[in-house]
This record gives sequence, structure tokens and C-alpha cells, in this order.
Amino acid sequence: MATQPPRAESLALLDKLVTALKRRGIVSEEEIAQKQASADRANPMTGARMVARAWTDPEWRALLLRDGTAAAEAMGISMRGNPPLGVLEDTAKVHHLVVCTLCSCYPRAIIGYPPHWYKSAAYRSRAVREPRAVLAEFGTVLPAGIQVRVVDSTADFRWMVLPMRPEGTEGWTEDQLTALVTRDHLVGVSLPDAGGKASRAA
Amino acid sequence: MSLGAREVGSARFSAGQAVRVKDSKPEQVARLHLRTPHYARGRIGRVERVLGTFPNPEDIAFNRPAEPRVLYHVLFDQPPVWGEGQQGDTLLIELFEHWLEEA
Repeated sequence: MATQPPRAESLALLDKLVTALKRRGIVSEEEIAQKQASADRANPMTGARMVARAWTDPEWRALLLRDGTAAAEAMGISMRGNPPLGVLEDTAKVHHLVVCTLCSCYPRAIIGYPPHWYKSAAYRSRAVREPRAVLAEFGTVLPAGIQVRVVDSTADFRWMVLPMRPEGTEGWTEDQLTALVTRDHLVGVSLPDAGGKASRAA
Repeated sequence: MSLGAREVGSARFSAGQAVRVKDSKPEQVARLHLRTPHYARGRIGRVERVLGTFPNPEDIAFNRPAEPRVLYHVLFDQPPVWGEGQQGDTLLIELFEHWLEEA
């Protein structure tokens, strides 16, 4: 979905706010630049790498599930100043879907900025009430017998889904697996699938 | 978890325990910032995990000194919340201790 260009009055207001904060010594230009740089670096590839490693390394998987923040730090991602990261393990019985009904809480340090739809009133109200209809609109049909667990990100943690490793990926390298995982899989609105890639590779 | 795990000893509720979310709407009488969704109020769930201790966001929002509060992951059956949905589907919500009571 195309995003609107920022309004001139919003930019002017932002400029005044930043000027006031700098004048009072609350933020410096350097801090703003640092924050911008870390925000620019954050993208779903980081989360995808974490998932791929969990699929190939049981010990690391255990760390990821026990303490997502420590696991991210172990991969060289600075989590300083970020809320703790929790990781939700999909199984043959439960699929997780993450939403923030109150605002737009999202594990930005490891996935980057949330997509427009994640912040929409429609997603926030419907994901928690009719998750299966929302999943269907993303083209996601869960195998029979899988329960949906909607995770409402209401407070201090940020949540990422660890999907199940798709069938047909036996023997794949960590890089190949990383390339399979998208932002949508980490939020839980869709499931990774080796189908397309496997047939293309064949 | 990196934050709060050491304070788990002070938690009033433990994993597996049934809890009820307080059925109150304090925001109707005063301007407040709350992290407890309306749909969860009055609902009975089960503590999945103690997540740690965090400064109370209800104070942070108004720049008041924020008391540490224990945060829980609480699991609810989904269909009773909405009067619709599929049996077995669940909701997992972060809730602060002062919003919970024994069920």
C-alpha cells in the first residue's frame, strides 16, 4: 500500500520539537543519528536468520526460546534500549499469530518497522477476534488439528513467531533456510513453504 | 528472560494458576493509560508464565515515579471471550499483577 507523503505542518512541528529537545539537552544530534542508523539496519532478515539457525541448531533454538534477547545479542544484534524479545514456538498442535490490539508493539530491533496493515484498526481488532478469517485473507490455511493462539502484545515484551521448519528442506544450508523466511512468517500471518523454491531448484 | 527473571520469587501467582482479570473500567472516571484490553476484563484464564517485573506503564505514561509490577503471560480460551470462534483456539495476553485476582 502506498504511503502518503508527510504533511508540511507535521514536518514543521517535528522540527520545532527536535529543536526544543536539543536546546534543553534532552537529545543530541548524535543520538538521533545513532537511533536512525540502528532503525535503518533493523529488517526482517535478522529475524529470518534467527529462525533458520533455530531450525539447524538445537542448542541455539533452546536459547532462543528461553531468552530471545540473549539469543539476539549472541548473534551480534545490539538489544540495548529495546524491550525484551520473546519467541513463540509453533508446533504440530499450535500456531501463533501476533497482534498489538492497543497500539503497534512490534519487535523492531529484529524485524524492522511494522507494515502498514499491522498498525491498522482492521488488523488489530480482527486478528484477536476472528484470527482464522484474517489468516485466510493472507492465504494461510492451517492443517487440520492446529489450534490458533493469538498473542496480544499488550505490555513490555516484543514477540516473534518461530515457525515450524517446512517439509522438503532437509539438508538445506542456513543461508537457504534464511531466504525462505519473511516478515509475515515472523508475525504469524503466513507460513514458510519450501514448495516454490524446491520446485524451482529441481 | 533477560529482564525480571530474578524477581519471580515475589510473584503472587504461579504458572498453571487460574486467575480472573479485574472487571473494572477505571478509565471511565479518570484519564488513564492502561495496558489491559477491554475484552479481557472479567475473563478467567490460566497463568502461562511469569514474565518478570517492569515499571508500571500506568505511571510512566504520566511521568510519575513508576512502581515495579510483576507481568504475567495469561492464556484464555478464545470462544468464550467473543461468543464465537473455534474450540481449542486461545488468546495469550501480557497482564500486570494488579489487574489479576484469584479465580
